[in-house]
Amino acid sequence: MAILVDKNTRLLVHGITGHEGEFHSQQMIEYGTQVVAGLTPGKGGQRACDGRVPVFDTAAEAVAATGANTSVVYVPARSAADAMLEAADAGISLIVCITEGIPTLDMIRVCAYLKQKGARLVGPNCPGLLSPGQAKVGIMPGHIAIPGPVGVVSRSGTLTYEVVYALTLRGIGQTTCIGIGGDPLIGTTFIDVLELYENDPLTEQVVLIGEIGGSDEERAARFIVERMTKPVTAFIAGRTAPPGKRMGHAGAIIEGGAGTAAEKIAAFEAAGVRVAEHPEQIPDLVAVLHPL
Amino acid sequence: MKLHEYQSKRLFAAHGVPIPRGDVATTPAEARRIAQELGRPVVVKSQVLVGGRGKAGGIRLAQTPEQAEQVAGEILKLNVKGLPVRKVLVDEAADIRQEIYLGLVVDRAARRTVMMASSEGGVEIEEVARTNPGAIKKVPMDPFLGLRSYQTVSLAKGIGLAGEHFRAFDRIARGLYEAYLAGDASLAEINPLVVTAGGELLAVDGKMVLDDNGLFRHPELAQMRDVDEETPAERQAREAGLSYVQLDGQIGCMVNGAGLAMATMDIIKHFGGSPANFLDIGGGARAERVATALRLILADTNVKAVLFNIFGGITRCDEVAKGILVAFEEVQPAVPLVARLVGTNEAEGRAILEGSGYRLITATTLAEAAQKAVAAASGKLAA
Repeated sequence: MAILVDKNTRLLVHGITGHEGEFHSQQMIEYGTQVVAGLTPGKGGQRACDGRVPVFDTAAEAVAATGANTSVVYVPARSAADAMLEAADAGISLIVCITEGIPTLDMIRVCAYLKQKGARLVGPNCPGLLSPGQAKVGIMPGHIAIPGPVGVVSRSGTLTYEVVYALTLRGIGQTTCIGIGGDPLIGTTFIDVLELYENDPLTEQVVLIGEIGGSDEERAARFIVERMTKPVTAFIAGRTAPPGKRMGHAGAIIEGGAGTAAEKIAAFEAAGVRVAEHPEQIPDLVAVLHPL
Repeated sequence: MKLHEYQSKRLFAAHGVPIPRGDVATTPAEARRIAQELGRPVVVKSQVLVGGRGKAGGIRLAQTPEQAEQVAGEILKLNVKGLPVRKVLVDEAADIRQEIYLGLVVDRAARRTVMMASSEGGVEIEEVARTNPGAIKKVPMDPFLGLRSYQTVSLAKGIGLAGEHFRAFDRIARGLYEAYLAGDASLAEINPLVVTAGGELLAVDGKMVLDDNGLFRHPELAQMRDVDEETPAERQAREAGLSYVQLDGQIGCMVNGAGLAMATMDIIKHFGGSPANFLDIGGGARAERVATALRLILADTNVKAVLFNIFGGITRCDEVAKGILVAFEEVQPAVPLVARLVGTNEAEGRAILEGSGYRLITATTLAEAAQKAVAAASGKLAA
């Protein structure tokens, strides 16, 4: 089993005729994802990805014609908010936003509106989701993962790939890998994903990759104490990050002395979570609980 | 992007927030002229993008234009927390009876803008949060309803403001919220907001941080960026679309992805070295981008070795390796280089680097790469 995306995912791609959108749509199709529709206003009626995917002008038309239940957003930052709102309005229940650089005040409105509509958002500024052997939605490289019992959740992109690949090389597979995004305001937080993994019968343990900024990791630590029965292994990036500077991700900043790696590591350790010193230790810590 | 006090206050004033009369001076003579025009005692305030200006002697009172000139001269020679003072704000001094705090921030966890007020004005809000959290009152804002008057009344009452000031407080709170929205800010605060002897409310100090992601729709605000906010290298990086933060270590880092870049800095430290920078070259393998990044890293004379840590996902390692070699043609590095390529086509990528004729130290794991970089930086390892 997997969480959020699987064989039943019917995907709508926002910006399918753009450079990124088309490239990644091809990759997702090759991985086996059901890409059922594309969206580019003004290009309705055309077909994308070598004629395999019908293109629509509006999300409502795409959903009506194809039964899409999930959408992924590749459009530029200035139109990404609109894409997410449109998807929610069309009844899409899972919206994954890859786009980076969306203004925070736009995201406040988008998150509030999606909540009203009952839609879940993953991202923005995230690599998306990958359920090995079933489906991928976003930009994660498919071949680095294999099916197995570990659920992975992360605020990062390539650091996640690094950890997933290291697990795979050790023969430890994954139920699902989720990048929740590096922005200050994201739709799905660590807690949301931990809860999904806790309830997923095939996930036996969880790897969580956090970083400096905000307090999502601290809340995750509290959740682990109160609600998780499955073991969690964590890594926190940014021990050496200076305060007051954004480290690439808009959300990765130590502000007013808060959001440091030390605080997050302490919170996890107090919650009984094993925290790796560096990413390559993660497979070792996971393997202890996962004898092959 | 941080704005100076004078810039923030002018934006607030444009939305109806009362601020003291005053102007900006870059020379003592200008400060004197401004004080003369105001015709009242003034406060001369250094305009630097750090807190703690008062304690550093960067905010001083002057009774006469002559004093203003003298004080401005002294402040313009100051360094506040390493930043040289290039401008002073000369404001009419207020006769202060009460100081409060009013601010707007993004609450990441609640996904809302929150308005905060505190009875302890003139003190950093983080300090109040630590020492007297009960003094801070907060109202979360619904993005579709905005700020409502009943909310500002509850804040004003909550911090003990007299009822006669509720209306003025409401107008200021709304003005602050409008300025915050109009500028796509992530923080806007008035600290202190004062009640004067004449019973007026006045924004004596102001601070605004703009969301960099919102600047594309505010070109006029983007122009307000102060060069002192970032180092010259950081500025070049921003203009080249690279994410770069200069640090004070010896090992230059070139990494794809922000999380991996932080993890790379951390592991260098873990093995006893010190990172010279954070650098995310982003996706793809464009040689031009790698070359720009390499130039930035090598311009830092502290750098004794460079570590390339690249995870090939969709981008293949052999493509990245070719990009690195093209960059080397352009920028010939004189320090040891350690390269670790992992992921898609890693063997091909490593072969390209090893067969290139450049003296490169290669590594397979991140731990090995970090240890080799630390050794190379201290002259204990050469290619």
